[in-house]
Amino acid sequence: MRRIGDAPLIRRLLIATALVLSALFLLLPLVAIFAQAFSQGVMVFWTNVSNTFTLHAIGLTLMIALLTIPVCLVFGVALAWLVTRFSFPGRRILQTLIDIPFAVSPVVAGLIYLLLYGRNGWIGSWLDTYDIQLMFAWPGILMVTIFVTCPFVARELIPLMQAQGSREEEAAVTLGASGWTTFRRVTLPNIRWALLYGVILTNARAVGEFGAVSVVSGAIRGQTNTLPLHLEQLYQDYNAVGAFACAALLALIALLTLAAKAGLEWRASRREAFA
Amino acid sequence: MSIRLNNIAKHFGNTQALEPINLDIHEGELVGLLGPSGSGKTTLLRIIAGLENADRTAQPGQILFGDRDVTNVHVRDRRIGFVFQHYALFRHMSVYDNVAFGLTVLSRKRRPSSGEIRARVFRLLEMVKLEHLADRYPAQLSGGQQQRVSLARALAVEPEVLLLDEPFGALDAKVRQELRRWLRHLHDELNFTSVFVTHDQEEALELSDRVVVMSNGRIEQIDTPDELYRTPKNRFVFEFLGDVNHLEGKVSNGVLTCGDAYWHVDLPDGHEELLLRPHEVRLTEQPTSESHLPVTITAISPVGAEVRVELEADWLAQPWLATVRHTDFEHLALRRGQRLFAHPRHWRRFPKVTEKTTEQTRVA
Repeated sequence: MRRIGDAPLIRRLLIATALVLSALFLLLPLVAIFAQAFSQGVMVFWTNVSNTFTLHAIGLTLMIALLTIPVCLVFGVALAWLVTRFSFPGRRILQTLIDIPFAVSPVVAGLIYLLLYGRNGWIGSWLDTYDIQLMFAWPGILMVTIFVTCPFVARELIPLMQAQGSREEEAAVTLGASGWTTFRRVTLPNIRWALLYGVILTNARAVGEFGAVSVVSGAIRGQTNTLPLHLEQLYQDYNAVGAFACAALLALIALLTLAAKAGLEWRASRREAFA
Repeated sequence: MSIRLNNIAKHFGNTQALEPINLDIHEGELVGLLGPSGSGKTTLLRIIAGLENADRTAQPGQILFGDRDVTNVHVRDRRIGFVFQHYALFRHMSVYDNVAFGLTVLSRKRRPSSGEIRARVFRLLEMVKLEHLADRYPAQLSGGQQQRVSLARALAVEPEVLLLDEPFGALDAKVRQELRRWLRHLHDELNFTSVFVTHDQEEALELSDRVVVMSNGRIEQIDTPDELYRTPKNRFVFEFLGDVNHLEGKVSNGVLTCGDAYWHVDLPDGHEELLLRPHEVRLTEQPTSESHLPVTITAISPVGAEVRVELEADWLAQPWLATVRHTDFEHLALRRGQRLFAHPRHWRRFPKVTEKTTEQTRVA
């Protein structure tokens, strides 16, 4: 019997379409970034990358990502746990609220934070009397990055934890396990892949976020410039190689993250195959 | 360890899952909670376990394990074994680690040495005949094997009370039979107190010392399987414990009539509904002076020791079921479409149904 998609012509056509589209939209731009970055040789690339301002931008971007991830991790796990393991009034509203950062344009998010925490803002003016400045400084960048990335972990975990149910946790508790032991030995191993995937998405977004950060950072070179902002400035200054060098760095971070994920998945599948 | 429940009730929002319940379970007893889905039996089991809290009302309920008041004791400190309907094994742990879990989470002071844990886990695995699968993962086991692991895991912490939620519900008939007998054996050997939930009357009657029949959050009857089957307290219990044939009609001058059927009964005049079990129906080729109940055979299925025969007639609202011995089946040469006469050997009637009981039967 012939199944749908068995016709050789259709099959080849579909495979070809998929390959061509992936090459055109995914692979080619990636290659172009590196080609442009190295278009005037490795030395020029290196001078651009080792430029003080670029180095500072790299440092700031990585710091923001490193600070964002643990916050989003704890927040996401706590939220997913709350929403999937308890029923309380307002649970549905909370589940909808999680999606606000996805629904709102990052620029709008940045503006709201500016409005609230800026020197003339509601909370900002009060903080200003204590000499605390959040906007146009790294805390502001961190705040909007957390806002933009906080749904990723929770969004990955909620459907999984809903599907898995709480029976295993109940079993652990009937066997005398404490809350923390139950989480560490039963819940965490069951959600670790979704968690890792959430972290990878969070990291990718935190490193690459442009819109919200551009509103609150002020883009002061060597002080509040993250890598994507720095890239844009270089491009505006007609320094194409410098801009593409930064782009190549961002792409490299993305590729490394993906490689880390693939490596971990491969190790896990191997461990399960041997078990 | 005996279990005593005083005035235990439970609401979920506005729906009452359990009406205030009192229940005494003796030490070493194996008790089945039997009822249709939504009858509150699982809720009751989870309240005994401590996985669910009973209502805190003006007269709060009380749960006693022996002399110990556990009403406000957390699940993890109640020292119970709980077996879940779908096993709830830790999917990322081997069979060995699953069984060892309860021992490894003990506080350092009470935890046995790793050598002793190993010995105990293997003793349990031997008991459930799974020692050769200690390194497997739950996903690599059959349903019956998983359920045995889940039992071994629950028994590892040496609970005084073992609670089982539909333990064999998801298994096929043959494995179910085998595990049932095995659990009964285990219970007698280790002598803990067990409570299990089931919706299968056969399972409840076969396994339990006493059966608690529940419906709509109420206990309908508590009795030994034998008593329960012989003297059901009400119509719900009678109908839930097996197949039932109904005969409805008007009685006048000691004769119940229903269409062209009639039957001499010793009852006062009025509308009557009589109930009888399939084995209480006798089939003959001729009517007698006592009864005239013409029926037609619509289906025959020879199952096990008896032949099940489905009967229909104009005067019947619902088809009847009769069980016939194989010898009678051959003697009467029964076949589909054959017209015969039914004779009730024995029947029952329950007092006029109130509003509430009509609702119960609809649920059942």
